[in-house]
Amino acid sequence: MSIAITTQFICFTILSLVILIGALGVVLLESIVYSAFLLGGVFMSVAGLYLLLNASFVAAAQVLVYVGAVNVLIIFAIMLVNKKEDLKPINDIKSRRIISTSICLTLLSLLIRVDLTNVWSLSSPENSIGEESTIRIGEHLFSDYLLPFEVASVLLLMAMIGAIVLARRDVMSKDISTGLPVNQELIEKSSEPLLTNKN
Amino acid sequence: MINLESIPIQAFLIVSSVLFCIGIWGLLNSRNAVRVLMSIELMLNAVNINLMAFSSYIDNNLIQGQVFTIFVITVAAAEAAVGLAILLSLYRNRVTVDMESFNLLKW
Repeated sequence: MSIAITTQFICFTILSLVILIGALGVVLLESIVYSAFLLGGVFMSVAGLYLLLNASFVAAAQVLVYVGAVNVLIIFAIMLVNKKEDLKPINDIKSRRIISTSICLTLLSLLIRVDLTNVWSLSSPENSIGEESTIRIGEHLFSDYLLPFEVASVLLLMAMIGAIVLARRDVMSKDISTGLPVNQELIEKSSEPLLTNKN
Repeated sequence: MINLESIPIQAFLIVSSVLFCIGIWGLLNSRNAVRVLMSIELMLNAVNINLMAFSSYIDNNLIQGQVFTIFVITVAAAEAAVGLAILLSLYRNRVTVDMESFNLLKW
């Protein structure tokens, strides 16, 4: 199945605009909840770009992992820490803004210059793997990328245990239903916030 | 099958460059710690777009870039989970998400 060239161009333009405007909204909007939902839109549009590049498996993984897991996790974190607070004003905020914006613009101009001036050695479209890419990814994952694939599973296990240990809430010292003291040998003791009063 | 003759590779690269710079700007200028994590995700996505574009235009038979993208997505998921857990435990100790108040390591 082939898509007409004009349609491809229109799809690419729309997806790029959604990505860039959405990313600007993520960093600039006042409300963090709007930012989180815009971030979901940006992730979906990036998945659309992957589909345009003949990579259906990576597009599906992008939707599942980023929109389905990471974005939901971010929204849950916002729900847990969402407290209206008046931020202390910073004295040198103006100079900081100027310096960081100029650094970003310099980097952007450098990257775009490299993108436009470098001569990319494109390979011919005849031996393109096209829609068979899922099969080729499977071959890679079980032959030459087998070790990184297995190490990734260990990494995910370590991240899961680390996240549980870091984010565990203090438990109550008494069981709610029976009133008996809870065995707390393996559980963090409940404590006051330690560092609230220091500057 | 979609042929990519119509869109030059530079278009994808420029989109990913702009997205990366927006991510860096947000990383440097946000005061909310959750927004900093979102900016990191934006930067990782920019890198992924770059890898996918190269894999489709330059290495379109072996597509090793797509395998790399899958590993980057895996590491990004682990990073988001651990980052948000660190954020929650920071919030429990300092009762704020303002980046300016996380100056424990400043000497």
